[in-house]
Amino acid sequence: MTDISQTPGAAPTAKPKSGSLFEKDARTKRRNAAESRFKMYGIAAIGIGLLMLIVLVTNIVTAGTGAFQQTYLELDVDLKADKLDKKGNRNIEDIKKVSTFGYAPLIASALESEVAKLGIQTDLSAKDMGKILSKAAQAELRNYVIANPDEIGKTVSFRFLTNSRVDGYMKGRVTRDSIANDKSISVEQLDFVDQLRDAGVLYKAFNPDFILGADASDQRPEAAGIGVSMLGSLFMMFVVLALALPIGVAASIYLEEFAPQNRLTDIIEVNISNLAAVPSIVFGILGLAVFINYMHLPTSAPLVGGLVLTLMTLPTIIISTRASLKAVPPSIRDAALGVGASKMQAVFHHVLPLAAPGILTGTIIGLAQALGETAPLLLIGMVGFIASNPPDGIVAGFLSPNSAMPAQIYEWSKRADPAFYERAWGGIIILLIFLVTMNTIAVILRRRFERRW
Amino acid sequence: MSFVKLSASALAIAAVSATAAAARDQVQVAGSSTVLPYASIVAEAFGENFDFPTPVVESGGSSAGLKRFCEGVGENTIDVANASRAIREKEIKACAENGVTDIIEVQIGYDGIVFASDINGNSFEFTPEDWYKALSAQIVVDGQLVDNPNKTWADVNPAFPAQPIAAFIPGTKHGTREVFEDKVILAGCEHLGDFDAYLAAAEGDSDKAKKKAAEKACIALRTDGVSVDIDGDYTETLARIDSNKDGIGVFGLAFYENNTDKLQVATMSDVVPSTESIASGEYPVSRPLFFYVKKAHIGVIPGLKEYAEFFVADEIAGPDGPLAEYGLVSDPELVKVQEAVANETVLGGGS
Repeated sequence: MTDISQTPGAAPTAKPKSGSLFEKDARTKRRNAAESRFKMYGIAAIGIGLLMLIVLVTNIVTAGTGAFQQTYLELDVDLKADKLDKKGNRNIEDIKKVSTFGYAPLIASALESEVAKLGIQTDLSAKDMGKILSKAAQAELRNYVIANPDEIGKTVSFRFLTNSRVDGYMKGRVTRDSIANDKSISVEQLDFVDQLRDAGVLYKAFNPDFILGADASDQRPEAAGIGVSMLGSLFMMFVVLALALPIGVAASIYLEEFAPQNRLTDIIEVNISNLAAVPSIVFGILGLAVFINYMHLPTSAPLVGGLVLTLMTLPTIIISTRASLKAVPPSIRDAALGVGASKMQAVFHHVLPLAAPGILTGTIIGLAQALGETAPLLLIGMVGFIASNPPDGIVAGFLSPNSAMPAQIYEWSKRADPAFYERAWGGIIILLIFLVTMNTIAVILRRRFERRW
Repeated sequence: MSFVKLSASALAIAAVSATAAAARDQVQVAGSSTVLPYASIVAEAFGENFDFPTPVVESGGSSAGLKRFCEGVGENTIDVANASRAIREKEIKACAENGVTDIIEVQIGYDGIVFASDINGNSFEFTPEDWYKALSAQIVVDGQLVDNPNKTWADVNPAFPAQPIAAFIPGTKHGTREVFEDKVILAGCEHLGDFDAYLAAAEGDSDKAKKKAAEKACIALRTDGVSVDIDGDYTETLARIDSNKDGIGVFGLAFYENNTDKLQVATMSDVVPSTESIASGEYPVSRPLFFYVKKAHIGVIPGLKEYAEFFVADEIAGPDGPLAEYGLVSDPELVKVQEAVANETVLGGGS
């Protein structure tokens, strides 16, 4: 402060202390240093953010890519008529009486003859050999026999899933040391797996069932897929889109274009903004109380999930729609009104089309947000062993119990078998692909159609 | 716009008609997350082997499941509640108030609770007394009740290594916690004779009240950060042990058996936990698992009785069945359970 008060008086006569523009005085240097420091902070902040992103993505990709591959074993199974159709009349009801447990010996003996054919030496019993296969193999075989009863008595070639431990061994997750105390697999069985792999009948391959299949129980993580819960998410998004978009757009057009400015509309506006910040779990409790306990809608149904997520998405859509309506210049409205259009014509013929790209972007981002939401789904019963049956029709798709992608991922991460953990990461990859795609579409729409004035 | 209008109104109609037309064709189950793996194995096999759709099994805990079970009779309530403890009197009363009177109790087997630590760490041979001395809020030293001074396992038992005590135990919302308190902490407390000291210090009008107070004092755990409540699942306990190699966690037997590459199990009173030692009753820390069936729903919900019977069938819940393979200790009196299910024997006598 002192030199400021001194300099004005001294300036005209005395030579300036640092007159040259090329020579920076201490203050300028300090200010420039502060600026470059600030730039450094900014770069460091971005760097930390990027680093986190890279760590996150590499983590997800390394942990999750394994889920897209699965170990299979090729096997020719002799569908023995005396086991599968004891009466020999090919009656489907009689064939159905043989439960999946009855198919285990068939698979074991098929494996035994395969081993003899390939000339593999092993001390394992047929039963222990059969244990390297997934329990889903029996179900697969039974479904095949029931679908094709004419094939009984013939030898059919199958590609069965192997047990999750064998799969882990092929992926390097399970080693001979790590199974020292493991009861579900032995070192001898791993040796046997090595021999089968060398013979070329046991191999890793792309696993479409992970993307398309249903959830599986804790005993067969190798058979679990995210497909059914993906359908659940899809049906929920239909509900959200069909409800949130019309309601949200109608509400914002009214508030923005028609509603009088008074205390009541002010209160509504403030509350919409507040609603956008309400934690999503609150909507879950609301959904449980209103939709399930009061309205008696079915639990775990995507319809209820969609209704809950609609409540969550509405404020996002209303806020973004109002912002894009506001961005349309008043001259457009005035011109329309000036040539004799009614207020409604002005809005629907001129303002709304111009605001549409913004509305769409907001909707897509709202949907993406709803797609990744887990917390409210926990409360309306969408977590557990639920996504086990693909819905058989559109109405069933809305009403029959189903899970959703994030809820399925959460469920997998809780289960005991480490193979489920890998699938949880794989599910995250699929979910992220959806989210990135939706956000990219939103960005492209905005870039292409948005008009600026 | 007309498409949006159309779909919106179609959906509104669907939503309204859903209430009336929700003829449910699959069994709905909810409850204990300990029973969930077993129930899901059964549900999957049931869906594969019967013409009924696969039952839906939700998790959420024993208490939450029983609460939903007791909400009433009707298609929008669940048919079966899984529980890792027996139903309480209070819950039966709440059920009756809502019209759920006939409840079939099915005991499916036993579940072992094990103590496990990091695979590369020290191995332990515990007794209930050790756990009581390590975790109780107050213990008796030289005849005086004092705040628990033990810092390392060597303080608890000179035979143990001087590893800091760090226990990850199930939180109070878990059914496992009750078993841990009853069968480990309280057992150790009584065995050591500390129970008498608490009884002497207890305040109460009657002997019964005093005993209750003493029991409560026994199972009061220290709050100085040595014992950590885990409210999540066993996966969280495993993650905690992964980051704190000195930690010792409480797990279900089935969870441990799926993670033998990361965990080593401690013996309890010199018994190694296994399905065999639990079935024989040698291993002390185990508990029965149940599910409860709403009798009023049998015949209304297709497949409900078949599901219950299939669950306790020999090929499923027997000693060689898939449930035992996963870690369930099968009930030695399974035949009786099968009979009870077949006859639809309800709780509280009669049938």
